[in-house]
Amino acid sequence: MSTMLFAQQILNGLLDGVYYLLIALGLSLIFSLGGIVNLAHGAFYAVGAYLTLVISPYIGFGGSLVIAPIGVALLGILIERFLFRRFYRSDPILSLLLTFGLAMVAEQGLRMIFGAPPLSYSIPSWLRGQVFIGDFVYSFYRTVLLGIAAVCVLSLWFLLQKTAFGRVVRAGVQNPDMVGALGISLEPYMAAVAAIGIGLAGLAGVLLAPIYSVHPAMGADIITPAFVVVVIGGLGSFWGVVVAALLVGVVKGVMIAIGYSAASTAAIYLLMLIVLLVRPRGLFGERITRFE
Amino acid sequence: MSHHDEMTRRGLLKGAAGVALLAGIGAPAIVRAQTDAIRIGHLTPRTGFLGPLGEYGVMAIDLAVEEVNAAGGVMGRKIELIKEDSVNPQTASTKAERMFERDNVACILGEISSASCLTIAQVAQRNKKIFINTGGNSDALRGGDCKKYMFHVEAQNSMYVKSVGRSFLRDGLVQGKSWYSLTADYAFGHDLLKVAKRFMEGNGGKFAGDDLVPTDATDFSSYLLKIRNAKPDLVVLNLAGNQITNFLKQYAEFGLKFPVGGFGFDTALAWAAGKGNFVGTWPVVWHHLIDTPSSKAFVAAFTKKYGKPPENQAWGDYMALKIMAQSMNELKTLDQTKIVEHLEKGAKFDILKPRQGYFRPQDHQLMQEMYAITALPADQIKNQWDIFTSSPPVPGPNESLEVIASTQDEATCNFGS
Repeated sequence: MSTMLFAQQILNGLLDGVYYLLIALGLSLIFSLGGIVNLAHGAFYAVGAYLTLVISPYIGFGGSLVIAPIGVALLGILIERFLFRRFYRSDPILSLLLTFGLAMVAEQGLRMIFGAPPLSYSIPSWLRGQVFIGDFVYSFYRTVLLGIAAVCVLSLWFLLQKTAFGRVVRAGVQNPDMVGALGISLEPYMAAVAAIGIGLAGLAGVLLAPIYSVHPAMGADIITPAFVVVVIGGLGSFWGVVVAALLVGVVKGVMIAIGYSAASTAAIYLLMLIVLLVRPRGLFGERITRFE
Repeated sequence: MSHHDEMTRRGLLKGAAGVALLAGIGAPAIVRAQTDAIRIGHLTPRTGFLGPLGEYGVMAIDLAVEEVNAAGGVMGRKIELIKEDSVNPQTASTKAERMFERDNVACILGEISSASCLTIAQVAQRNKKIFINTGGNSDALRGGDCKKYMFHVEAQNSMYVKSVGRSFLRDGLVQGKSWYSLTADYAFGHDLLKVAKRFMEGNGGKFAGDDLVPTDATDFSSYLLKIRNAKPDLVVLNLAGNQITNFLKQYAEFGLKFPVGGFGFDTALAWAAGKGNFVGTWPVVWHHLIDTPSSKAFVAAFTKKYGKPPENQAWGDYMALKIMAQSMNELKTLDQTKIVEHLEKGAKFDILKPRQGYFRPQDHQLMQEMYAITALPADQIKNQWDIFTSSPPVPGPNESLEVIASTQDEATCNFGS
């Protein structure tokens, strides 16, 4: 195989990783702050996609891109307020069961409302076409998708690292009791983090609806790789998750490029295994006392 | 002091492993007692990547039971369906066992995954009860893995390959041409690839590339780059379920123009890909535009009940129930061994196509006509359902139905004797 094609595959793999990123970042945030492994995270991704199908005939894809994630984020706030909040202080197995149940309810709910068969949805005409960089062909839609994802990731980073809000969240991740002792209630922050994390999953749903099949179980398809990304990246590490997502994309792409496509999914799990053996906290996982 | 002592990194990993386990359990069935009814089991995947097709099967078999019961049932008794999600081969086997032993079903119909078909058939064989496969295509099920008590309404891979192969031959896409194939990495895909390669070798073509695709893959961009580089004369998909939809959407997205085709297909996937994304020529066992009175009646009844036309998987489950009910009524018995004999003797059935179908005795495959459908250009599409044109039935009216089926050499079945 030519070096050129190989280089293309690496580049494409990097871009492919970004799709997991939006899901994985929210998953990591909610777990880091609340200790909740949100198995329903994929369901919010599916809800985002279906919401797009419902509202885009009225407000267009551009409008859905704004409204659908906000709608999903609001749903996230409700779920945080009435469900997650009851489980921050209980045995984690309970929140695991809760979110697993939630994922099933959401999937069945979508099935009951929209039916089991996949629904058709296409890239809006103004976003169709291809981009050529030398011999490398890429879809124009994905270029836009990447731009949006990059803006989200950078904004989130800015929010967490450079603002007063972010300082409290990061302190809450490290030591919630100390934050409480300083007279800061973490509750509104928890709600905000759930809204952001879940809203990002909703956004991923909107962005991927035009290129992936939209069906009730689509959330279950994406949740496992997203978990792998979080575990590889390391808890509490923003850039760890980013690097892990890109790494997963590249490993998958390279496996396909060199003719071992059948092992492309298995390779991701192997990567996770190796990373955990060498660095049990993940690539850039911070030492968080309460999780040790 | 912390309230999170319990949640460790290990906890997170265990949690993820737990999901995988729980996902295999699925939802329990609710069984209502209705003593004098004849119970028939229906097992098919309702979740996972075959779930959307399974749901069509469920809708259709419900309709078939309604029609049979409205017409007086079987020997004056009503049919009662016991329906469950088959999930995976292990779960399918457990549920089949329970249906025979606890629910006392007369027979089991359904399934789409070839791997699950095999495990259900093994249970059926032990219980000496019939299992009618409505969606598993693998030739191996009709060959080395065949069972005396397993019948196949669904066409086998050979029939799919040979029927659409005629379209490819006619369009000059075989002789001296190169194909690039993507194959789903499980029993169905492997089997299909084997049959496709045999077809290509027999007709003077070759493969430019051939990749196995994990069944949970959703993104095809890496494969699309390879295909673009290989410049094949035809892109051949031996994929299943949502993967075909994903591929077609992304193929249009990347603007690739090589002709596309495949050897396994379901019309629901064309509908999900939608106008403009759906391209190529594909084989189907049945489609909703077939112009026979019984087919039109089925399409009308289904559309009335569910608000959308039936797809080919709906046909399979509908036919299986109708064939079973008709056989029981004609023989006036539930004795499965007698029904096996009846079907093996070549009983004929209206299968919603121009010619009647029959099960050939050597492997219990339903002999029937097939169709090749071709995507309509976007500007000729009038509604979201009628987005393809169909070939005439294959084989033609003067040919034996067996010409497209596997030969004894290609798949040998000896019913374990």
